[in-house]
Amino acid sequence: MRQLLWLLGAVVLLTGVNVVLPRLVNPYITQIIILCGINIILAVSLNLINGFTGQFSIGHAGFMALGAYGSATFTLRVGVGWVAGLTAAGVPEVVAQGTALMVALLLGGLLAALAGYLVGLPSLRLRGDYLAIVTLGFGEIIRVLILNVDAIGGARGLAGIPAWANFFWVGAGVLAVILLARHLALSTHGRALFAIRDDEVAAEALGVDTTSYKVLAFVMGAFFAGVAGGLFAHFLSYLNPSSFNFIRSIEVIAMVVLGGMGSISGSVVAAILLTLMPEVLRPVKDYRMVIYSLLLIVLMITRPGGLLGSRELSLAWLTKRFRPARERA
Amino acid sequence: MTEFLQQLVNGVTLGLGYALIALGYTMVYGILRLINFAHGDVYMLGAFFGFYAARLTGAAVEPNPLKAAGILLISMVGCGLVGFLIERFAYKPVRKSSRLAALITAIGVSLLLENGGLLLFGADPKFFPQIVRATNIPLGMGVTISNQQIIILVVSVALMLALRFIVLNTRAGKAMRAVSYSHTAAALMGISVDRIITFTFVLGSMLAAAAGVLVALQNPKIEPYMGIMPGLKAFVAAVLGGIGNIPGAVLGGLVMGIAEVMVVGYLSPTWRDAIAFVLLILILLVRPSGLLGQPPAEKV
Repeated sequence: MRQLLWLLGAVVLLTGVNVVLPRLVNPYITQIIILCGINIILAVSLNLINGFTGQFSIGHAGFMALGAYGSATFTLRVGVGWVAGLTAAGVPEVVAQGTALMVALLLGGLLAALAGYLVGLPSLRLRGDYLAIVTLGFGEIIRVLILNVDAIGGARGLAGIPAWANFFWVGAGVLAVILLARHLALSTHGRALFAIRDDEVAAEALGVDTTSYKVLAFVMGAFFAGVAGGLFAHFLSYLNPSSFNFIRSIEVIAMVVLGGMGSISGSVVAAILLTLMPEVLRPVKDYRMVIYSLLLIVLMITRPGGLLGSRELSLAWLTKRFRPARERA
Repeated sequence: MTEFLQQLVNGVTLGLGYALIALGYTMVYGILRLINFAHGDVYMLGAFFGFYAARLTGAAVEPNPLKAAGILLISMVGCGLVGFLIERFAYKPVRKSSRLAALITAIGVSLLLENGGLLLFGADPKFFPQIVRATNIPLGMGVTISNQQIIILVVSVALMLALRFIVLNTRAGKAMRAVSYSHTAAALMGISVDRIITFTFVLGSMLAAAAGVLVALQNPKIEPYMGIMPGLKAFVAAVLGGIGNIPGAVLGGLVMGIAEVMVVGYLSPTWRDAIAFVLLILILLVRPSGLLGQPPAEKV
């Protein structure tokens, strides 16, 4: 019952945001906010693999690409027809589009999760940097694969995807991934993942099934990366394999590490920060990316554990921190 | 058969370029356990330093072997200096932090070099001048080799032998091997660990610079982003051979170069970037520590 109320509240809130926000901001700001949301989903989902479980994955763009192309293909082949059929039957257009988008996102996520399972398997044999480089290779192979399949546009890219993703759906994705990560962190399963990160041998000795937990982390991380990809596809209406190159994976890693490994709120803060930074730096034009990279280096040198370390931002922590000194005594 | 042999010659030349870059990756990894993502961009800088050196010396107008050697040397010294600066100002401050912090710093340095290069050299591709006039030399059976390929072959093998000599027969090389084994133990034996790490970076950067100039001889188009893909493939080559292992890097580079040329020749050019990674995954599934790498002992 309580969960149901929460769900209802979230839907009302997101609908409100979806109705009000577009009236307040121009399309440029809209795009930045949506991209922030997509990057949050990517960063938190990668945090499940890298931060929670300590498995080093640098192929997140590959999962994202699978979700993007999978959901876009579904929408173009099936979803558009559904929406036409449903609206003809008298269902409001928003509901019809939402249903089709949800199915497309789920399918994209499942496709990515399947790939995550396949990549998770070698993680049983490989450790550390060797695993990292396999995930990197996997991401690149997916990109080249997409480049070579003409049915989904190949190097031309895939155009004409209906732009159904809005604040509501991106917000829902962000909430879903944060809630999952939060609940996971507090559950037995989450503790098992942390144990693997901190000491794999000790975890195994204590009876943690390291194999299946590692694969689980990959599957969950990949699923949400796929959802983020689907949202990306349905927001920009156009996909190109070059959007999912290795630089993209690196950006997401930078968000996770900068935010602090294992810190959900850290990932959120860093995702927003790193999405905004290039935009804020736009006035300096040519120097933009130079300053961006310098800031990245300086941030890593001054805060090597990430902005938040492994802490979480929470109300309790904030009030404790900013409470006047006399009350503290 | 002729075509196959010709492809083999081209593959070995390409592979030697990868091998030269892979050596820098593998040495730095062996000593710091750091994937130096900026290494591919040092290779890019090598090509650009060579380009400007060729302009200064006027080698573009009247090529002669002495000038070509001078250009190679200038580029190597320039990149050695860049390697020194990167290590001193970016990597040294994070050496005591987690390996991931160092990795993100490396990514930052890589972005800095690319975008700095974009700012300094301009976004439009430049064309590396012909500092040696190209001629084709028949090898028999219809296979030809260009004199540029011969230069790549001779110079890279010479550099590899020099590196082998440094690592195996000099005090600095001995210290390098000691540091890669254990920083603490090496420091206790009176080795200046910091100095050896700097030395390793300079050495690796010089090899990358040489690769930049040599590859630019054959593929003259140079631009600030040219280092990303070769850097990535060279790193894969280093992992393929067993990262931290110097002969492994050379072997991995050669395997990679030959495989890539064969895929382009017999399959399709669009698959050229995938083969490196397919090969990598296949080899790592059979030998998780690479071709020549030693599996790490599991400490409990």
